[in-house]
Amino acid sequence: MGAISPTADSVARRTSASAPGAAVCAQRHSALVRVTHWLIALSFLALLVTGVEILLSHPRFYWGETGNVNMRPLFKLPVPSSRDMVPTGYKYVLPDENGWSRYLHFEAAWVAVLTAFAYLLFGVFRGHFRRNLFPAAADLAPKRLASTIVNHLRFRRPAEEEAWSYNVVQRLTYLLVVFVLFPLIIWTGLALSPTVEGAFPAAVEILGGRQSARTLHFFATILLVLFVLIHIFMVSRAGFRKRVGAMITGRVPKSEEKA
Amino acid sequence: MSGISRRKLITTGVAAAAGVSGLAVAAKLAARYGLVPPDSGVLYGAGETLTYAAQRTLTRHSMAREFSRSEISKEPFANEVAPLGVEFQRLQQGSFADWRLVVDGMVARPSSFSLAEIKSLPRSSQITFVACEEGWSYIAEWIGTPLSHILDRAGALPQVRYVVYRSIQPDWWESIDMSDALHPQTLVTYGMNGGELPVGFGGPLRLRVPRQLGYKSVKYVTRLTAADNLKQFGKGLGSASPEGGYAWYAGI
Repeated sequence: MGAISPTADSVARRTSASAPGAAVCAQRHSALVRVTHWLIALSFLALLVTGVEILLSHPRFYWGETGNVNMRPLFKLPVPSSRDMVPTGYKYVLPDENGWSRYLHFEAAWVAVLTAFAYLLFGVFRGHFRRNLFPAAADLAPKRLASTIVNHLRFRRPAEEEAWSYNVVQRLTYLLVVFVLFPLIIWTGLALSPTVEGAFPAAVEILGGRQSARTLHFFATILLVLFVLIHIFMVSRAGFRKRVGAMITGRVPKSEEKA
Repeated sequence: MSGISRRKLITTGVAAAAGVSGLAVAAKLAARYGLVPPDSGVLYGAGETLTYAAQRTLTRHSMAREFSRSEISKEPFANEVAPLGVEFQRLQQGSFADWRLVVDGMVARPSSFSLAEIKSLPRSSQITFVACEEGWSYIAEWIGTPLSHILDRAGALPQVRYVVYRSIQPDWWESIDMSDALHPQTLVTYGMNGGELPVGFGGPLRLRVPRQLGYKSVKYVTRLTAADNLKQFGKGLGSASPEGGYAWYAGI
């Protein structure tokens, strides 16, 4: 279990681990964070691609329990559909790819959920959330918070020591993704399962009905995609190869020179 | 290798061995308790097996949500089906008086029911939704007789594990396990919203499986076959759906 020992932010460990002459210094990301990060990344990609495929068979959204082409939608996407029964305004129908998309969507969902579960246990019991994600009270003071946000918005390249820890904006964003968006997308997805909603009707009724759950599933996807885009952009601002390398090997090059 | 201690190597080895044998035991147990769907061997069958096993373990006796009369959709929708053949049109001209539902396979009394006979069986109705895998849905009242009554009548044998059902449309057939076949909400329906079941919605006879997506509710049902396994039907994947790339189990 040594590989997942929580060394990430321990300054003492970091300095002691930086052996003279070593090209890299101590761990930035624990093995479990790295493995779960890439598993989630992979399954999210699969979920996104297959989710879009499934969506194309009915690119209309409703609010409430029911919705179909005889009913007025809440909104519809200006895209063609893979079914000829859906009025889209396009003269052609896309190929139907729902079969494998659905199989893969649910398989990837299992990978994502099981991975998230392992990450959650690790986060709670090995102190990852407490140490790396929960912001310090001082950082939440309006002035500090504002200055961090402004720095973020100016896309200021982060200082070297920032490679060792998440700043308050990162922490709050990751907390939002881990504890709000991820649970929401799992919940709204499960609410679309006829069997699950029979077993737990309240899970659908709280959301306003099955079609509402579908619409919220879509919105949660949009927010997660936004997060991923900004995440990749920020990583590339901070030094794409170095940061991605750290998430693969767990280590950060000692100097801030080109990795 | 310098970074890996002997202890770590041993621990990892033991954990891996435990994991592999644990998986083997889990697979055996799952097969024994009927937690493996017939399409578990397809490309993404692993996820499908997890879903089916999890739902059969946790929600075997769950009931589909039922709605009030006021929630019945004023604008239901039915996908178009392939043109119904000459045989269907002939039966339709006779107001489906000659429509038969054949029950065969592992039953003590292979039988054939007319529409009138089915209508004389204990009546059951429910207000549930039809949810299509495409994403749309509607709520309707469904009137019919529980599939379990028909299986009782024909004397389904104790070793029956699946019921295969066929449409008058030759390429449309499905199957369900006994958890769904004996479920009180699984109905052989002939009525909708207080009236006859319209042809567009599957009339004269549609098998409704409200705990699964719409494509498991086959329209124009003509034959039920009780079976102890699904290998002998079609390509052995359980139904026409996996043969067309869709999952056999649609409870998700």
